[in-house]
Amino acid sequence: MPSITFIHSDGRRQPIEASEGESAMQAATRQDINGILAECGGNAMCATCHVYVDEAWLARLPAMSDDEDALLDGAAADRLPNSRLSCQIKFAADLDGLVLNLPDRQL
Amino acid sequence: MSATSRTDSVTPERGAPAGVPSLDVDPFSNEFFEDPHAIHDTLREAGPLVWLDKWGVYGVARYAEVHAVLNDPLTFCSSRGVGLSDFAKEKPWRPQSIILEADPPAHTRTRTVLAQVLSPTAMKGVREHFTAMAAAKVDELLARGSFDAVADLAEAYPLSVFPDAMGLKQEGRENLLPYASLVFNSFGPPNQLRQEAIERSAPHQAYVAAQCQRENLAPGGFGACVHARADAGDITPEEAPLLVRSLLSAGLDTTVNGIGAAVYCLARFPDQLARLRSDPTLARNAFEEAIRYESPVQTFFRTTTREVELAGHRIGEGEKVLMFLGAANRDPRRWENPDSYDVTRRTSGHVGFGSGIHMCVGQLLARVEGEVMLAAIARKVASIQITGPVKRRYNNTLRGLESLPITISPA
Ligand code: HEM
Ligand code: FES
Repeated sequence: MPSITFIHSDGRRQPIEASEGESAMQAATRQDINGILAECGGNAMCATCHVYVDEAWLARLPAMSDDEDALLDGAAADRLPNSRLSCQIKFAADLDGLVLNLPDRQL
Repeated sequence: MSATSRTDSVTPERGAPAGVPSLDVDPFSNEFFEDPHAIHDTLREAGPLVWLDKWGVYGVARYAEVHAVLNDPLTFCSSRGVGLSDFAKEKPWRPQSIILEADPPAHTRTRTVLAQVLSPTAMKGVREHFTAMAAAKVDELLARGSFDAVADLAEAYPLSVFPDAMGLKQEGRENLLPYASLVFNSFGPPNQLRQEAIERSAPHQAYVAAQCQRENLAPGGFGACVHARADAGDITPEEAPLLVRSLLSAGLDTTVNGIGAAVYCLARFPDQLARLRSDPTLARNAFEEAIRYESPVQTFFRTTTREVELAGHRIGEGEKVLMFLGAANRDPRRWENPDSYDVTRRTSGHVGFGSGIHMCVGQLLARVEGEVMLAAIARKVASIQITGPVKRRYNNTLRGLESLPITISPA
């Protein structure tokens, strides 16, 4: 099974399974990654699914939409160049092993 | 089950389509409003798609189908109205909403404007004040001890923050709740609730139309922010008042019923109040779970733009489909122990705010109000007792109470 590794803000690594076609947020909420709240359920409206993408993976993700870009400005934790909304990262086979860092807060 | 006879109903053009279970329930009757849960269960168990004979419309009550309809806005459109009335056949009772009752691409433009006016960044600007007002309200209510949680809390708190945040004048605010109640009744069928609301609507409509104009909206408020977007060229000057109208229609009575739902839950389930008190950071989730559990916005319609297959049945073009958000939010296929209120539940994915492109554009504001109020209760209130008869308020779309007499004690 392909996987995504979430790294909590305290450094703990938590690998989870992910399936083709679901978002990284959906994989996370299905498997109880506490650091992802996803209040809007993946509709790109809440910015509570914020992640910092591991530098090695950043360029391999599809570009972000204007909506995602605007929303990230309102994220609770600092926005960094590698900030993304995990509900907008659609998982595919070529993302097997993706590493996402969790911010220290989503609210 | 409804005992209503067929004589007072709108004559459906034809009966149930072959294979679709037909039900004789009226989701817009007082009997339904009093206790929707058993009937929701009947609707869910009858099948993924049902036919509601009384009004000649399709219905979906399971989570999967409600979610699917919400997320296919080109097939299940909003521009023909999100109530029973089909705007292709009947003139809307007021000029059509340019966001709620619009489809892409028109919807995309207006939606972008309101999403920015009510963005996470905008919420940072109101949060502190809303928090202070919630704390003051709870202190005042603790001093009184006994009061009506609907009028004195669920209505009073949003009324103390939302109209000011919009930038409304003081005069005439008493029109806001009657106007919203009218709007939400109007999505229903032509029953007494809808007809009486529309008959009495003239003064409320006149008030709201005037408040949507730029000169009546204080600088810095959400209303003025909408008008500023007309200067920027994102919307026309004629569109700005209509978008302000959307905020006035949907921004107050919804949070009243959301906060009312949360207080009613905490009053009925003391173990959950105790859990919340032991960890006030659960306040935001306790509010969200109340939205799932009670679904203050119970239903919306869509209209099919083409023939479409849904759950194995073919639906023709121009058919109304009623989505039972409240039933989806308690569908055992989606939720564990759906009928229990659990402040620690992972609520993500509930459809109490809708889903897809029309998902509530004011959800962040609703959550700020709900969270800061429940956080104030968590820190200051030790117990909530229901002390008198609980009365339900009847509305074609909104679920909430008319009266909830309670006594609270200080922590
Ligand atoms: C607990 C409170 C609230 C609930 C339960 C709620 C529920 C909903 C639902 C279910 C929809 C989807 C309608 C559809 O799909 O046809 C919606 C849309 C909408 N809501 Fe809310 N709402 C709440 C608070 C608010 C607030 C505070 C505002 C404004 C300040 C607001 C403004 C709107 C608007 C303008 C839309 C239309 C969005 C669109 O069509 O793109 N709502 N709401
Ligand atoms: S889940 Fe809300 S923005 Fe991603």
